[in-house]
Amino acid sequence: MGLAEEVAERVRQHEERILKGWLDALRDSASFRQELTGEEELRESCEAILAQLVDALHAMEANATMEEAWRPLREQLVVLTQAWVELGFSPAELAGFITLLRQPLVEALDGGTTEHLLDMISLINRLLDRLSLWAAEIFQRSQSDIIRRQQEELMELSTPVIKVWNGIVALPLIGTLDSSRTQVVMESLLTRIVAEQARVAILDITGVPTVDTLVAQHLLKAVTAARLMGAECIICGIRPNIAQTMVHLGIGLDEVTTRATLADAIAVALDSMGLRMVGKEVDS
Amino acid sequence: MTANRIPIMQVGASLLVSIQIELDDQTALQLQDDLTQRVSESGARGILLDVSSVWMIDSFIGRTISDTAAMARLLGAETVVVGVKPEVAITLVELGVPLRGVRTALNMDCAMELLESITSGS
Repeated sequence: MGLAEEVAERVRQHEERILKGWLDALRDSASFRQELTGEEELRESCEAILAQLVDALHAMEANATMEEAWRPLREQLVVLTQAWVELGFSPAELAGFITLLRQPLVEALDGGTTEHLLDMISLINRLLDRLSLWAAEIFQRSQSDIIRRQQEELMELSTPVIKVWNGIVALPLIGTLDSSRTQVVMESLLTRIVAEQARVAILDITGVPTVDTLVAQHLLKAVTAARLMGAECIICGIRPNIAQTMVHLGIGLDEVTTRATLADAIAVALDSMGLRMVGKEVDS
Repeated sequence: MTANRIPIMQVGASLLVSIQIELDDQTALQLQDDLTQRVSESGARGILLDVSSVWMIDSFIGRTISDTAAMARLLGAETVVVGVKPEVAITLVELGVPLRGVRTALNMDCAMELLESITSGS
């Protein structure tokens, strides 16, 4: 019987004891907030992981590659970690969850010479270290998934295209314009131009903190693309200090109609469509 | 490879060209030839180029359209391109082919209006 098989046998024999030891350790541990998950669920998770651990040890003995033998356990861990990240567990707690299994496992080993015991303990140590590394990695990955999703949502939220009038759309830009954002802005602007059959598009850059050569280049791209489709673009909302910087940087935006405020831009847009706003005549 | 020929229709003082196939380089060049020929023969004042069913315009074809417009202008005709798709517009901008010297229109209505103002003004 190989070492892994032997350890697996011991773990199965003493499963109840190990489980109890582990759960007790978790309950007593100050750094593990057991209240975040229910006691019953925690027990089920622990049981499942222990069972998978035994299977993995057997698989190792049966000459499967490391990767293959541990895949089911790893998948189990992925599901558990992802659920716990949502519940608000910290990475330290996840690592602690694994390391607290060490003591009960080691206690369950008996028999054989001291050397043999040492071998088994070192095997267990290696396995548990690997498990906690996995947990950390999975935790990290789910965190970055969340961040990426939020970034995408932010991107969507930050580019609303507003219909001002029949044939006039406005796009208030807020935040820094980088190339990936320009891409999204441009796409949603062009799609809306087609959808609304808009002949004038107003880009309001009141919310853009700085306009440097790169941002100006991005703006010009959007303007040019809109022009290619047959829509005229007006840029407005350039603040005085930004206008100063732009001229100093040599950004004239010569080919584009620009206005100071959105109201002025709307007036220009209406004018170019042959419309005019008039005050209502009040009968006295 | 033989080039496809795209039909050119004359309506009043304008030439109408509707591109219903994906353009390849040869076809684009053939169109350039045919159009300049027709403009000079007919004395047309405006050209309407409908690209609303074209999904792809690469830098060569973009430049060919630009060049054709410039040539037509030398012969006395303004070019109006109508129906550029958003995807095509983005590609052209990214490729750095902004079709300078070409008038653009969102739809046929706008294009006809523009053409009218071009051909009626002496």
